[in-house]
Amino acid sequence: MRIQRPKAGVEEGDMTPMIDIVFQLIAFFMVLVNFTDAEQDERVKLPSSELARPPDGLMEVPLTLQLTKSGTVIFAGEEVPVEAMDHYLLREAQIIEAQGNTVAEATVIVRAHEEAQTGKVQELIKKCQDNRFEKFALRAKQEEESG
Amino acid sequence: MKVRNQRDAEKPGLVMTPMIDIVFQLLIFFIMTFKIVVQEGDFNIKMPAAAMSEGLPDDTLPPLRLRMTADQAGNLTGMRLNDKNLGNSENRFHKLHNEILNIVGDERGPGSVAEEAEVELHCDYDLNYSYVIQAITAVSGYISEDDRVIKLIEKIKFKPSREQG
Repeated sequence: MRIQRPKAGVEEGDMTPMIDIVFQLIAFFMVLVNFTDAEQDERVKLPSSELARPPDGLMEVPLTLQLTKSGTVIFAGEEVPVEAMDHYLLREAQIIEAQGNTVAEATVIVRAHEEAQTGKVQELIKKCQDNRFEKFALRAKQEEESG
Repeated sequence: MKVRNQRDAEKPGLVMTPMIDIVFQLLIFFIMTFKIVVQEGDFNIKMPAAAMSEGLPDDTLPPLRLRMTADQAGNLTGMRLNDKNLGNSENRFHKLHNEILNIVGDERGPGSVAEEAEVELHCDYDLNYSYVIQAITAVSGYISEDDRVIKLIEKIKFKPSREQG
């Protein structure tokens, strides 16, 4: 009797559907990846408000200040006490003027933690005012409308 | 001449392994860096240095004083609009909103009370900032049934807070 040799070679599954799905997933995550959130920080949890809608246009001269729960300002990657902000704000004001803008037309975006002391927020605003900033934007995150 | 049997020749198969390795690495990268970003918005306040310490002399309407008191933990303990006590119940911000609606009325546009009126926030130093945002929300507008933002009072200023302790 003649015995048939088993065929050599490994049986391969069809990879096409898996690759299709994986590419679709990659495309999905690539499209949704957000590179513009540089100003967000894990240490600051914004208060929520139903009126917090994204602005229609970009601010012309924005300056973002993040205030943590403990009352320090995250500025240029370091935590600075509010009391020591004069130096940084003065430098920012000089940069704004060097770019041909006036300090009064700059908008200070205050991103304060929801449990930060209001007094600290006011101190920070006062420091900005002392350095000739006039326009402020208190930032909040959008909340689902209730009822 | 001997002719090779071409049927037995091995098919040059496409090597998928490196591509799948890279593709999975990309997938893992994007999954790990994926973050759902919550929409954010701003309350715009124009507050030159003089406005913080002194009221503007040419105001036709006296500013509405909103006094917010807090305990040492920063919780809101009381709220008062001018002389009216808004209490400290769950619906205090709703009451504040209704008071503002009564003051402002239905009129909008240039010269209206909504445009002229100004709210002064007098807050305790320790007060949690989230209460301030809630108060500003109640004062500055609401969402209409057709999902539009109806603005009320936009002029808001802070008065120096009472020191802690």
